[in-house]
Amino acid sequence: MNAPAEFFDYGPDSIIMAGLNGRNWRLADYVARGGYSALKKILAEKIPPANVIAEVKRSALRGRGGAGFPTGLKWSFMPQQYAGEKYLVCNSDEGEPGTFKDRDILRYNPHILFEGMAIAAYAMGCRRGYNYIHGEIWDGYERCEEALGEAYQAGYLGEDILGSGFSFHLHNHHGYGAYICGEETALLESLEGKKGLPRFKPPFPASFGLYGKPTTINNTETFAAVPWIINHGGEAFLELGRPNNGGTKIFSVSGDVERPGNYEVRLGTPFAKLLEMAGGVRGGRPLKACIPGGSSMPVLPGEIMLSIDMDYDSIAKAGSMLGSGAVIIMDDTRCMVRSLLRLSYFYFEESCGQCTPCREGTGWLWRIVDRIEHGAGKNEDLDVLLSVSDNIAGRTICALGDAAALPVKSFIKHFRAEFQHHIDHKRCLVPDYV
Amino acid sequence: MTTLNLEVDGQAVQVPGGSTVMDAAHKLGIYVPHFCWHNKLSIAANCRMCLVQVEKAPKPLPACATPASEGMKVWTHSAPAVEAQKGVMEFLLINHPLDCPICDQGGECQLQDLAVGYGASNSRYQEPKRVVFNKNLGPLISTDMTRCIHCTRCVRFGQEIAGVMELGMIGRGEHAEIITFVGRTVDSELSGNVIDLCPVGALTSKPFRYSARTWELARRRSVSPHDSLGSNLVVQTKNDRVMRVVPLENEAINECWLSDRDRFSYEGLNSEDRLTRPMLKRDGQWVETDWQAALEHVVREIRRIRERDGAEAIGALVSPHSTLEEMHLAQKFMRGLGSENIDYRLRQSDFSADGEREGAAWLGMSITEFAALDRVLVVGSFLRKDQPLLAHRLRQMGKKGAHFALVHSADDELLLKLAHKLIVAPSALPRALAEIAAAAATAAGVAVPAALAAVEPSPGAREIAAALASGTRRGVFLGSFADWHPRASQLHALAAAIAEFTGAKLGFFTEAANSVGGTVAGAYPRKSGLHAAAMLADPRKAYLLLQTDPELDSADPARTRAALAAAEFVVALSPFQSAGAAHAHVLLPVAPFTETAGTYINCEGRAQAFNGVVPPLGQTRPAWKVLRVLGSLLGLPGFDYDSIEAVRNELPSADEIGDWLSNATHVPIEAPMAPDEANGLERVADVPIYATDPLVRRATSLQKTRDAKAPAARMSAATLGRLNLAEGAAVRVRQGGGEAMLTALLDPGVPEGCVRVAAAHPATRTLGPMFGPIAVEGV
Repeated sequence: MNAPAEFFDYGPDSIIMAGLNGRNWRLADYVARGGYSALKKILAEKIPPANVIAEVKRSALRGRGGAGFPTGLKWSFMPQQYAGEKYLVCNSDEGEPGTFKDRDILRYNPHILFEGMAIAAYAMGCRRGYNYIHGEIWDGYERCEEALGEAYQAGYLGEDILGSGFSFHLHNHHGYGAYICGEETALLESLEGKKGLPRFKPPFPASFGLYGKPTTINNTETFAAVPWIINHGGEAFLELGRPNNGGTKIFSVSGDVERPGNYEVRLGTPFAKLLEMAGGVRGGRPLKACIPGGSSMPVLPGEIMLSIDMDYDSIAKAGSMLGSGAVIIMDDTRCMVRSLLRLSYFYFEESCGQCTPCREGTGWLWRIVDRIEHGAGKNEDLDVLLSVSDNIAGRTICALGDAAALPVKSFIKHFRAEFQHHIDHKRCLVPDYV
Repeated sequence: MTTLNLEVDGQAVQVPGGSTVMDAAHKLGIYVPHFCWHNKLSIAANCRMCLVQVEKAPKPLPACATPASEGMKVWTHSAPAVEAQKGVMEFLLINHPLDCPICDQGGECQLQDLAVGYGASNSRYQEPKRVVFNKNLGPLISTDMTRCIHCTRCVRFGQEIAGVMELGMIGRGEHAEIITFVGRTVDSELSGNVIDLCPVGALTSKPFRYSARTWELARRRSVSPHDSLGSNLVVQTKNDRVMRVVPLENEAINECWLSDRDRFSYEGLNSEDRLTRPMLKRDGQWVETDWQAALEHVVREIRRIRERDGAEAIGALVSPHSTLEEMHLAQKFMRGLGSENIDYRLRQSDFSADGEREGAAWLGMSITEFAALDRVLVVGSFLRKDQPLLAHRLRQMGKKGAHFALVHSADDELLLKLAHKLIVAPSALPRALAEIAAAAATAAGVAVPAALAAVEPSPGAREIAAALASGTRRGVFLGSFADWHPRASQLHALAAAIAEFTGAKLGFFTEAANSVGGTVAGAYPRKSGLHAAAMLADPRKAYLLLQTDPELDSADPARTRAALAAAEFVVALSPFQSAGAAHAHVLLPVAPFTETAGTYINCEGRAQAFNGVVPPLGQTRPAWKVLRVLGSLLGLPGFDYDSIEAVRNELPSADEIGDWLSNATHVPIEAPMAPDEANGLERVADVPIYATDPLVRRATSLQKTRDAKAPAARMSAATLGRLNLAEGAAVRVRQGGGEAMLTALLDPGVPEGCVRVAAAHPATRTLGPMFGPIAVEGV
């Protein structure tokens, strides 16, 4: 679990990952870095919950799990005057291909998450919270369990926190590794002990969530940004980034780069700069394409990527989405058909099977791409792929259908010639030009 | 409640708050294509077929799950909506086998029907199709799982209606499939409803499989002849043969459901055992004869015995599953002969309330009113097996917060959340009720009946009394087990007292399809006549048996056998050869419910008339016609009917039946007997769900279900220990001079000191009464 030192160079602008070396994850280390001061401040000064939410709204913090929904606004949806139990859930079910940022928070800075959750619980009046950790990162779960024990021991969690009268009980929950459980309502189902099937919305979790109670679900990185916002003010956080795109963002850079890894940069940092931090494209090869926000987001050609900045609005304007911040770099040796085949298989495999378009459509997409890749493509296949994608996107209970459709549409949109070449010549285009 | 104004397909509509777009469309009579949605099940929104266009929504929304909102504009058949619906239809069809020509669902398939409107003529899908292995769901439901479209209606039915999740969906994505829980069969007594619910041919009827196409079938209305709910049926026939039974929707009775007994018992109609010609026993041999000879023989014998021994030497035993008209003519026939000896209460053992009652025992309310109760006490009922759909109603009431209590002698799984239960030996039932009555009186601040002055209520009894009184719509119900109990009149009186003290209504879960009709028709001794038990205890010279297997339908098979064996003359009017064949001298083939017109009065006092759906088989004749001819041949007055309407005109009309219903009793409450400390064993007898009447006992597929397993001697671990028996040991059970060889089984739900041995089964027909002492020994 202890990685080489260079692995911890998250970048000079880090706030969440600042000062981490892979070994200083314990409570004492975190407190030495100024940890739990935000929680202490809130409890000591008895800051009204509404003010906490207002501060988060001011920060323009947007959900770091993929959808980019304004966090403060989401918190304000929780009914304040609700008589029964309200729940807070952390979505640490990091399963999006290319994304590996939450894992680092869980392993190397777990207390920042706990502090962020405690503050959120305070702001929304939740007495109980769950940290749902992806099934395939057992070490992260173990680390969180140990850190959780420390936090309880020190009185930062549990009954009557720091003598304030505020109580918050947090539990780590280890999932079983299904991608779909990263979808917030499937996560709730799974947390309740059922099969992870997304729920139809409305009702939204803020009114009908875990065990039917009002629930707020945020991503790990979102919660981790909260202590800094409280300590430095929402305005300061906003100024780190751009209007409507406050703060820093951890990007998981992977693929054909020299130094893959997590980089925490200010939102609005040019993509070229981020690529440079990661050491540039491997072997200095040309950048062919990039998926800027995790495998569910549309791919963009290299020339477009090199001209844009890394924030929610800029990427959206360019035709993709910032998503979870997984930047997948593809150089000119990559076959786009083969790449899409890998992605399509993933969504075929991970579809929960609940609703028709996704259950039936993901398999159809994968089989067509598989045929094209293996030299059995037909001329009409590309149009069928686009049409099937259209019939899936926006027609399903959750966003997995969209996630399966968007890559297909964007790969064909930007690299149609390469697909056509596969169909016409029954083989790959890439070796010819590399 | 708020009212929402919205517009669907350009038409304005108002719906109450909380409605969905689907509700709004239905209110306008607009059909939105769908598969997973069903008005009795929770919303799954998984098939996506009902996607519609909604103003301001960026994408199509499922009508079934989208809440209606003020000012909403919806288009269900606009170009974007239809495009979305067609897209979903294409997905549904790509992996569907399209084997309609060999699919039993063909012609009545929702997928097939909607594919006509929304499917393409050619498939764009060129890839291999999915194959899903079939599952063994038991003898009633056939599977072709490749056809499944994963709507999960069957899964939700189990969870929400049947109360047990026997089917579930495992696997993800394309590998998702419906399976049974760890490979078991589907054993719910309501399982057949998933056949109706399945919108494709994945779940079809096993008994019906490959026997007819739906468009070849004629459809006729009828009424179930089994339990007292009176479920409405559509009987489907081909070539004068009943091929299948499905529910006829009646929200006030069976909703859209049927119990498996109602659905699959039709197989008995086509049984090999059907009697098709009158038969006479000559020198111990059965010989076929014609109606003329058979009827003349019957008339001769009855006349001879009446002249020699008097009319009271003749008795009639009538099944409570007979029609109202049959019962009426049977009693008219007997009374015409001069005998009061007639009874339909064949399993009853306590007749001490005769003369102390005012009318026919009934539910005490309509089924609709029953379904709105919030506190229910049930006394002596194998609820799920006796009244499958009333148990379902209770299950739904429980979801709305109703509290249930049960006082009974068997702790079976009811799939209901019981707030309280008292499970005691049958002999202790009066005492248990006495305690509740005393507690209820004390709690209500009224005088405890003098006979109960010495009764000290247990904490459990107090809780039941308090819980019952705490509701706003309360009911106390006596089940068949209480009705058959040797102290039934006391149980009735005590239940009436409990109802009075707690402000509850008193009702009966009456036993059979026409138990209420039996009283209305007067098919019981009014004055000096002998009731069912007395006719057997004091054997008659001649018996008339109507629609009954006398031993299996009786409170005491051993005594019934002895009485019939000793009789000089027994005439059995039955659709089945083996019914009464052992004892009868003449067998007259009479119509089952599908081959005659008739009327059943259900537990809520609703008279439901029906017509025959197929012509009588062979020389079978409707029993009312046979009785009419017998009456005429004997010269009895008033038997010159020319139609069943003429018979009906002598009976109370549907509107008048209310006057005949009453649960009042004048039987005084007695001090309950002290518990019997003797070391003897007591019998607890149930009538298994597929053993209730002659028809269902001959339904072959039902007889292969788990519910039809051969009876065992079931007892608690302590009782087994006391008898030095291991579970699974062969035992000899002795009772009433008879004995049966059974297997000892552990059943923690049987009270201490009791042995549960099912009645109405050939394996236990050698035994005596359903209640009382029983001996068990290892062999």
